[in-house]
Amino acid sequence: MVRKLAVPIIAILIFLGVWEALVWVNDWPNYVMASPSDLPEAYSKFWNLFLVMGWQTLWRTVVGLLLAIVFGVALGMVMGFSRTMRDALYPLLVGFNAIPKATVVPIVALLFVGAHDMNTVLIAFMISFFPIAVSVSIGLSTLEPEYRDILRSLGASQATIFWKIALPKTLPEFFGALKVAVTLAFIGTNLMEIVSPHGRGLGALFDSGKTNADYPLMFAVLIALAFLGIVLYYVVVALEKIFAGWAERQPT
Amino acid sequence: MTTDALIDIKGVTHAYQTADGPLPVLNNLNVSVKEGGFAAVVGPSGCGKSTLTRLIAGLMKPDTGEVWLHGERVKSPRSTVGMAFQNPVLLEWRSILKNVMLPLEIVPTKLTNTQKEDRARELLSLVGLEGFEDKRPSELSGGMRQRASLCRSLVHKPEVLILDEPFGALDAFTREDLWQTMHALRAEEPFTGVLITHDLRESIFLADQVLVLSGRPATTQYVMDIPTDAPRTLDDLYTPEAAERLNILRHQIEIAQGRATDEGEAA
Repeated sequence: MVRKLAVPIIAILIFLGVWEALVWVNDWPNYVMASPSDLPEAYSKFWNLFLVMGWQTLWRTVVGLLLAIVFGVALGMVMGFSRTMRDALYPLLVGFNAIPKATVVPIVALLFVGAHDMNTVLIAFMISFFPIAVSVSIGLSTLEPEYRDILRSLGASQATIFWKIALPKTLPEFFGALKVAVTLAFIGTNLMEIVSPHGRGLGALFDSGKTNADYPLMFAVLIALAFLGIVLYYVVVALEKIFAGWAERQPT
Repeated sequence: MTTDALIDIKGVTHAYQTADGPLPVLNNLNVSVKEGGFAAVVGPSGCGKSTLTRLIAGLMKPDTGEVWLHGERVKSPRSTVGMAFQNPVLLEWRSILKNVMLPLEIVPTKLTNTQKEDRARELLSLVGLEGFEDKRPSELSGGMRQRASLCRSLVHKPEVLILDEPFGALDAFTREDLWQTMHALRAEEPFTGVLITHDLRESIFLADQVLVLSGRPATTQYVMDIPTDAPRTLDDLYTPEAAERLNILRHQIEIAQGRATDEGEAA
């Protein structure tokens, strides 16, 4: 347990140390690159903003992610069970995913002017449902036929086969995709927060750091985002342990 | 109409539709297994043996011909069938006990949860898996997983047990252990069995009737009855009678593969 906590913490400290050293050795002014030692000041100066903005970013990301899970799982199920739907939807899905979401941001912002919360959640959702849909569809379509036969030969319905076998068997892939989706959702949220005028959330705080030439603030926002990303990632890891812990093999 | 056969396959012909046109796999196949009997089906690779199991289980319908189980025509899956495959297909997220109990969650039963659990434990101890009930499948060896899979196929007391090469992926010693386990199971749990296998020794050791299927499209080429007078031991496989039977079966397989003729010359 100590080892489990100590190793990542030491790694983070080493990272901060190297960063600090790099800035110090090159003698970069903080408008080129702020150093970790500039950050505490930024946090203490704007701590209430960080709390308010951080919360806004967090809840929008989580809502976007929840939508992505619902939609992604539904889409994955449709594509996993039906070959026709898979053939029909994959090109559309890949094409949609290939569009850089930064280009979608102004379109969405214009489409729903002023609905800032909704726009942000929408972008977080759009950027993060793809890996979930793909993993669920692959998990379902690669189910070995014997698994189906075992239950079908007993007269089980498709729904029973889904709940008893297909769903649990897909969970490891699902959680793998969810880990990717978590970080993607943060990118989506921040894209919107930075681009849209009078934005809220950490993205807006970053933007105000930029307009006020407060470089340490900008870096402080990035670190705060990284922190939120790590927190949410480990929430997913904890859920994975609960629901798909069986997939983890004991090292032998 | 009905005979004393529990499994009765009458004139079944079946072809798969492929991109290159229909691929006939079964041609006027007749198989009949009496209640409590144990038939082994051997034949060249890809001759349609697995198709046969899917037909008996009601997982597919033949193009022509009829499949009867216990005097009822099979048209869809029925809960009176148990299946085990070469791949034990255990559910990795369940304990061994819960895996064995799976069919009891599907088929209608009057058993209480405690009774279901007792039933599963009883079978597990019968195959020598006592003490492994709470383990996950990944913690067990291949032979043990296959034992658990056999328990699962029998837990709901099926009339018909369909075994599709269940020992095919095991090493020789484990396989022989499991053959003996099968005899122990049969003594305690009456069922009518169909065993698909590539192993002729396995077929004569386990079954009381060995059917040789011809090459694709398969039809019944040869039937050998094996008397069951006394409990069999592995030593029975090394008697002159056993050698004689294996020889005949081997020759029949060669005919089925088209490598020999009825007169016995190699083609």
